[in-house]
Amino acid sequence: MIHRALIALLFAFLLAPVALVFPMSFSADRVIAWPPSAFSFRWYIALFNETALRQAALNSLLLALGVTLLSLAIALPAALAIARGGFRGRDSLMALLTAPLLLPTIVLGLALLIVFAGYGLIGSWLGLAFAHLLITLPYALRVLSTALATIPAAVEEAAASLGAAPGAVFRRVTLPLMTPGVIAAAAISFLVSFDEVVISLFVVGPKLTTLPVAMYRYVESRTDPLVAAVSALLVLFSLAIVLLLDRTVSLRKAIGK
Amino acid sequence: MKPRTALLLLLPALAINLVAFLAPMANLASYAFHGVSPSGAILPGLSLGTWAALFDDSFYAELILTSVLTSLGVTALTLLLAYPLALFVHRAGPRTKNLLMVACLSPLLISAVVRTYGWLVILGDHGVIYSVMHALGVEHPPKMVFNQTGVIIGLVQILMPYMILSLLAGFGRLDPAFEEAAASLGAPPWTVLRRVVLPLSLPGILLGFLLVFVLTVSSFITPKLLGGGRVFLLATEIYDQAIVTLNWPLAAALSLVTLAIFGVTLGLYGRLARAMEQA
Repeated sequence: MIHRALIALLFAFLLAPVALVFPMSFSADRVIAWPPSAFSFRWYIALFNETALRQAALNSLLLALGVTLLSLAIALPAALAIARGGFRGRDSLMALLTAPLLLPTIVLGLALLIVFAGYGLIGSWLGLAFAHLLITLPYALRVLSTALATIPAAVEEAAASLGAAPGAVFRRVTLPLMTPGVIAAAAISFLVSFDEVVISLFVVGPKLTTLPVAMYRYVESRTDPLVAAVSALLVLFSLAIVLLLDRTVSLRKAIGK
Repeated sequence: MKPRTALLLLLPALAINLVAFLAPMANLASYAFHGVSPSGAILPGLSLGTWAALFDDSFYAELILTSVLTSLGVTALTLLLAYPLALFVHRAGPRTKNLLMVACLSPLLISAVVRTYGWLVILGDHGVIYSVMHALGVEHPPKMVFNQTGVIIGLVQILMPYMILSLLAGFGRLDPAFEEAAASLGAPPWTVLRRVVLPLSLPGILLGFLLVFVLTVSSFITPKLLGGGRVFLLATEIYDQAIVTLNWPLAAALSLVTLAIFGVTLGLYGRLARAMEQA
């Protein structure tokens, strides 16, 4: 009995901060207070009038879409070369290309800030895209490599021996077989870019900011339930992407474990 | 595939790696060894001035020590809370297990800003804890946020999924038959846990400790928002020096210190993991 209660308590500890955002987003109070004195749509309406946050959300969405497409376009050829290239030192190459994930984002952000400042890339789309690619590429590369590793080379060899050109083998055999991996890589790249905040904090400028950064700045200066409304929408958004992914491909299969 | 084709396919990825990773990191390292003029321009010629300033000021020695100790404390607490949860998930039936896994890992899909904000709702000045304690008759509930307590509570919860993942990976070697054997030979539950379960899950514990420690040292959003500018850790200081004070050489030096802590931790982990394999 005590055992069960303890487990329930631990689960509550783990999930409460996200769960409580929902009732708080319907608070009618001016500040964060528990329990809310009354419930209303006040903060969702306020959200509608908050142009800065809306613009930031749009920026994040566009950036995440662009970064996802670029990640696939860059990581797919690289994964193919690493999986089928047959040259030596592929493990070290993979280690180099995924190394950014091992370093603290605060250090990566600072390193980018110093370099970007010299080239006027701070607060630019190009700068933000580079910064996000830095961390989405390793994820995409890993997922795509795993997907490629599960395709038996014999299938491709069979197609080639029957006279298919390398491009045709890839388009007609390899790509269709690794579709779940491509979808998973796209979803992970999108979520990583859309949620990225620390590196972005260093690279955004007064004219161009992302949603997580705008939220961070807002929470830093004011604590009202507005961010609860944004958070509730974001949680539902993430959930929708994951469910969509789960419908299209089993996540477990896609990551290959 | 011809080597030339392979190189061509790799070129874009290598270019991004060079432009956004290798070159900026090399530049960062060199910043730590250059002087700065009062206007903020980098002076030519190598200089150890930044390091001298860093070692001269006891604030930084304290900052590094506090960061390491706080991270160790957070990691230990995370392990303590995640272990029973992970064990429960590991022992659950297959269908419940999947559901519990999703519950444990879903916080990872949600932005750190959102999760930290959730803690402001709970720990804030008129938050959940305050109102519960007030209702229970506590006149002046202790302040839970914008101090070290809030930072530690927030970090433990935010890093728990990583610990649970590592522990579950380690539990793979844990055959229920071992526990049953120990129990049937008369070992009380506590002894089974201490003598059978715990030693077998040691690799998972070690992995989780490494992962959570490293993530705590580099975490920034949670200490910044829950610390309210009153809790000083390595990551928050790097940000302040880079963005507020604009002392990039000092921020670069502190970054190298953080990387050194990472290096030492990884080295220790490698040694312990090898020792464990041989044991």
